[in-house]
Amino acid sequence: MGQTIVEKILSRHAGKDIAASDLAIVNVDAAMATDASAPFAIKAFREMGGKKPWNPERMVFVIDHGAPAPNERIANLHKIIREFTTETGSTLFDAGSGICHQIMIDEEQAHPGELIIGADSHSVTYGAIGAFSTGVGATDLAAVMLTGKTWLKVPPTIRVELNGKPNTGVQSKDIVLAVVEKLGMDGATYKALEYSGSALEYLSLGGRMTIANMAVEMGGKAGVIETTGLELPYDFEHVHPDSDANYIAEYSIDISALRPKVSTPHSPANVSDIDEVLGTKIDLVFLGTCTNGRLEDLHTAASILKKKKLAPGVRMIVTPASRKVMNAAMADGTMNILSDAGAMFIPPGCGPCVGTHLGVPADSETILSTANRNFPGRMGNPKAQVFLSSPATVAASALKGEITDPTEVMEEIIS
Amino acid sequence: MKGKAHVYDVDNIDTDRIIPGKYTKTLDMSVLAEHCLEDLDENFNSKVTKGDILVAGENFGCGSSREQAPVAIKVAGIYAVIAKSFARIFYRNAINVGLPILEISDHNINDKSELDIDLQSGMVKDITDGKEYQSAKMPKVMVDILEEGGLVSYLSKYGDYKL
Repeated sequence: MGQTIVEKILSRHAGKDIAASDLAIVNVDAAMATDASAPFAIKAFREMGGKKPWNPERMVFVIDHGAPAPNERIANLHKIIREFTTETGSTLFDAGSGICHQIMIDEEQAHPGELIIGADSHSVTYGAIGAFSTGVGATDLAAVMLTGKTWLKVPPTIRVELNGKPNTGVQSKDIVLAVVEKLGMDGATYKALEYSGSALEYLSLGGRMTIANMAVEMGGKAGVIETTGLELPYDFEHVHPDSDANYIAEYSIDISALRPKVSTPHSPANVSDIDEVLGTKIDLVFLGTCTNGRLEDLHTAASILKKKKLAPGVRMIVTPASRKVMNAAMADGTMNILSDAGAMFIPPGCGPCVGTHLGVPADSETILSTANRNFPGRMGNPKAQVFLSSPATVAASALKGEITDPTEVMEEIIS
Repeated sequence: MKGKAHVYDVDNIDTDRIIPGKYTKTLDMSVLAEHCLEDLDENFNSKVTKGDILVAGENFGCGSSREQAPVAIKVAGIYAVIAKSFARIFYRNAINVGLPILEISDHNINDKSELDIDLQSGMVKDITDGKEYQSAKMPKVMVDILEEGGLVSYLSKYGDYKL
């Protein structure tokens, strides 16, 4: 019997052939924890008797969830992480470096075919480069630090074939929202998603990261994208499934038929075509996060907002996904364009996505965000209404002050 | 173990509702307990007596990987969580921190019912209406971790996983 991508990677890391539903102990190539999980993980690691992580160079800590520290409590948690990394030689990306998932790929801590465990649910993002990566809690992460291994049940794989060419105005975010719409919030629970199809040729690395990132919004253990057409700054072995691999379900999505999508409050799975929510007044737009804070996302917004102003009364927060993204956006004038339009920049990191600081909305305000979640209270206020969309929709809507289809303005830019 | 049921017949109770992200960055467990489920039921804390049982619908604990979610529930005084289904990461985290969880795909447990849980057999008896439910079986490694009181004690004892 042939193997899916996930079965192949897990077999290699278990040292024997394993298939869906098998329990296995697997070797871990790299692990990651953030300031939201690392203090718990370090505490548990020490309680287990741990001194040094199994492989300090590939034990990556990123201070991004409350960065820079908004209060003394979080500042002291950051200090625990800094002291631990100095003491053990583990890898640290301090406040201001950016969002953990952007860093893992940009700083080459994740590679195709590897097995990576992160103490953050969006660790599934590295499926974008054909890695098996999944999110765990702090104590599971501590166990990886101690043993270099974890146990898991091999998930059955759902194959999602993406075919066709997206229309102008339709971005990777719209594609993944279409998948979330089809599968629902628990459509991939205890399962892995494997993306393939002719549309992959239109997907950049960033676009693939957006799609892999939201696997967990369907409950998925992993969201792996076949590496066909993927370009990385180094040579790598491509990752493909066997032609006779066994899938628990198969879906095919015609990308050319998609309209821009929006998730309405209060669930990422409340997906509608933009047409159903056009004209919804907005108070705040947020461009950033591990889903959509990359250079290409900032470029999209800048192309729409160039020499224009935000609609009166609309605030716009932009959070570059990493310092690298921010530096590139400074160098090529993107930040100037967005700032001139009226946007405010906050440091690379998770920013207001996790409701800790840097842009908490007021009661009954409406927010249009490029993030991956809009659960009640997600941005720090359960009385706010959070909608999710692509960067193009966010920028076009910021101009009008209401949820706006970006197709027209994008077509004007192209012509 | 006997306890009173607090039933929230709601699907997809996410970790942001179990413990909002704004409270998770702390090592002070009492803060987590204080804000547990406040966006779902602002009176949750005042209703719970130590040893009570939380009962919910499908996909309980979806969303973030925050282990603070099962910790908050445990420190708030809940002995065990029963749900029709659980999100994957929450399920693992709960076992790892020693919070018993029981998956019962179909039940009609009423709020304030008196339940008797036998973890060994996975049986849940509703003393109030006399009904009995068998929960889904857990892999042996999880039963072992739970029996040790969590993953820290398990690994301190065994040093490695045993499937």
